[in-house]
Amino acid sequence: MKKFSVETSLSYPKKGAMGKTGSWRVFKPILDKKKCVKCLRCWIFCPESSIHREKDDSVSIDYEFCKGCGVCANECNVKAIIMEREEAKKN
Amino acid sequence: MMRLKDFPVDECLLQGNAACPGCPATIGLRLVLKALGKKTIMVVPACCTSVIESLYPHTSFDIPVMNIAFEAAAAGASGVEASLRQQGRTDITVVAWAGDGGTYDIGLQALSGALERGTNFIYICYNNQIYSNTGIQRSGATPYAAWTTTTVGGKNELRKEMGDIILAHHIPYAAQTCISYPEDVFSKVTKAKNIKGPKYIEILAPCPPGWRFSMDKTVEMGRMAVDSGAWALWECENDKMIFNGKSKLILEKKIQRKPVEDWIKYQGRFGHLFRPQRDEKRLKAIEEYVDSLWDRYRKCYLGK
Amino acid sequence: MQCQSNYHGTRGGEEKLTIMIDTGNRIAAKAAIMAKPEVVAAYPITPQTTLVEAIAEYVARGEYKGEFICVESEHSAMCACIGASAAGSRTFTATSSHGLLLMHEMLHWAALARLPVVMCNINRVIGPGWNIWTDENDSISQRDTGWIQFYCSSNQEIFDTVIQSFKLAEHEKIVLPVMINLNAFILSHTSMPAEIPEQRVVDEFLGKHIAHWKSDIDNPTTFGNIIGPAYYYKVRRAMQQSHLRAKKLIPQIAKDWKKSSGYFHGDLLEYYKCEGAEDILLSMGAIGAESKIAINELQNEGQKIGLARVRVLRPFPTEEIIKLGKQANLIVIDRNISVGLEGVLFNEVKAALFGTSDIKATGFIAGLGGKDVTYKDIKSMCRKAIQGTSKAQEWYAMED
Repeated sequence: MKKFSVETSLSYPKKGAMGKTGSWRVFKPILDKKKCVKCLRCWIFCPESSIHREKDDSVSIDYEFCKGCGVCANECNVKAIIMEREEAKKN
Repeated sequence: MMRLKDFPVDECLLQGNAACPGCPATIGLRLVLKALGKKTIMVVPACCTSVIESLYPHTSFDIPVMNIAFEAAAAGASGVEASLRQQGRTDITVVAWAGDGGTYDIGLQALSGALERGTNFIYICYNNQIYSNTGIQRSGATPYAAWTTTTVGGKNELRKEMGDIILAHHIPYAAQTCISYPEDVFSKVTKAKNIKGPKYIEILAPCPPGWRFSMDKTVEMGRMAVDSGAWALWECENDKMIFNGKSKLILEKKIQRKPVEDWIKYQGRFGHLFRPQRDEKRLKAIEEYVDSLWDRYRKCYLGK
Repeated sequence: MQCQSNYHGTRGGEEKLTIMIDTGNRIAAKAAIMAKPEVVAAYPITPQTTLVEAIAEYVARGEYKGEFICVESEHSAMCACIGASAAGSRTFTATSSHGLLLMHEMLHWAALARLPVVMCNINRVIGPGWNIWTDENDSISQRDTGWIQFYCSSNQEIFDTVIQSFKLAEHEKIVLPVMINLNAFILSHTSMPAEIPEQRVVDEFLGKHIAHWKSDIDNPTTFGNIIGPAYYYKVRRAMQQSHLRAKKLIPQIAKDWKKSSGYFHGDLLEYYKCEGAEDILLSMGAIGAESKIAINELQNEGQKIGLARVRVLRPFPTEEIIKLGKQANLIVIDRNISVGLEGVLFNEVKAALFGTSDIKATGFIAGLGGKDVTYKDIKSMCRKAIQGTSKAQEWYAMED
């Protein structure tokens, strides 16, 4: 990545530009891998790219950035993802 | 049509961005950028995406993005495209990515100009039927009777038929799709990428805070819009119009469209049509409008 | 209407020069084309049209090989220049009056984006009612956009300033857009001779366009996303610093160009017979040229008066004005009005002098709406100022 010296509003790519957006979550998606049929609907519809797709098309949830919208659970045709309330965070 | 399993895994929109949870724009962006790949320069006018990009000095976009004034996306893209052509970089796709406010209303002139001039770019309007970035005001895309902060009792006017305006330019490719149909979005964007000249794609993007529905229902809301006929999936290549998916079946009367009521009853922006009592007059007007829309589609495009 | 004849210019040393007798607009177009911008985007407006038409002729003759985008508005013209510049190209446009006003938002954008767009503006009256003659209210009302602003007084100066503007705009210490102003009709449509150097001279002077930032797929950036107060503050300060640096670079570039082409029209100001002057007239644009005749005659009549023609309004030549204020009383003619205050040059001259001088400054408003300002009028204003019979700020030759 080359930084330009001219001083204007030029921004550079960064994962987590707004921090760990997983902290926004109120409800947490829980994946039941046994129910998953690897249809990839949760992966393609996740607004946050927070469903990771593995080589065998199984999926896992990236809680670091998942904002807890629940689109994945709603779109899962086999109900392999359910939403659970986040436990009250300590402090 | 490409299967989900064959979609590229690369992401050009990075995690940890500023979008609301359940945002349809980010779903759309992921799909569009999967189809376009990294050899893309995106021009973005004022819209939710200018926020989704996140705060200076960082960005959540892993492709070059140029922000420009609200009314200016298509004109800015014309300049980018001309420059790239001079540099011999015709391998790079120039995309204008704008909301419905920046497309239907304030950006219409620049868009029409760029289409007429034959600018070699893809203009994508992600349509959430409101000025959402400014806090849910009416736009030319807001449907009849919908509440917004500037149509407090519900909008009195019908939405603008942007598709007709675009088709009047007779550009090589124009399409309507919706974030709920990834294969449809992917196929249309890929097609547009491989056609020279001006291309226009509009993506319906149901907005949870704007339409007042629960954020897990973003994708479902899009499907319901298509099922009800309130939104149509179509593409028009060199003036040849094709309807896609359920919209094709509705057009050919192979299935009946669902009542629009089945879609809008889940949206708080239409709540005043149901509570405290049903507003039969306006509910009827909504259904009649969608019927008339399809009558016109059939008259124009069926059997041709 | 292009009368060209080849001859060996006297000022250009061994260089072969061409004399081009043509209008300010067509000479501006010639200069722009010789600078080889990769992208030109423009929209027609009287009295800029003949400039755009000239470019279209270069395109038709195959003499211009860049992209010429005929946009649907001036707003889009500036947007297309911004897009092309941000993608790494040298860009040029031209407009006038209402076109410039329509661009206003994007003028700020180009400057804040630090894009070296070069533009000619034909100074024309703002409506209503419709009036296509000259005054400077159009560009004066853009003076806070961050653009460097030149005001020309002859077709030769237009040619040379357009070339110099590309050099200045793209200089690594500047990286700002530049506006070259010329008065409607008096310059835009009046044929005068200008010496045109060989293409090679311009090529060598300008060099290849180097983008100081650009949208690049190999180094992706997002330009113009949300920026907080602390950072924005720095972006503004950086613009200001570049303008201050431009005060030194404009004279330097003008001197370098003189070496290449033989012509010099002054630094930020052009001084004319200022030596020993007890009164100095400040004016801009075509009035500046007309002022020279007035100064000649006044000196012949025994007045100790000189002329400082303001070539550059932004950055403002504060230090130069202060120097003048130590030497002489100042007389300022404005072909513009900041309504509710006074003529802008008069106002800014006084602001520059604040706390440094107690000389007398007299301001005149003249030539608004394209009203003719002849050397006789200028002489009459100067006499009034010297005799002390004018009002603090006088509307010259106002017929009630």
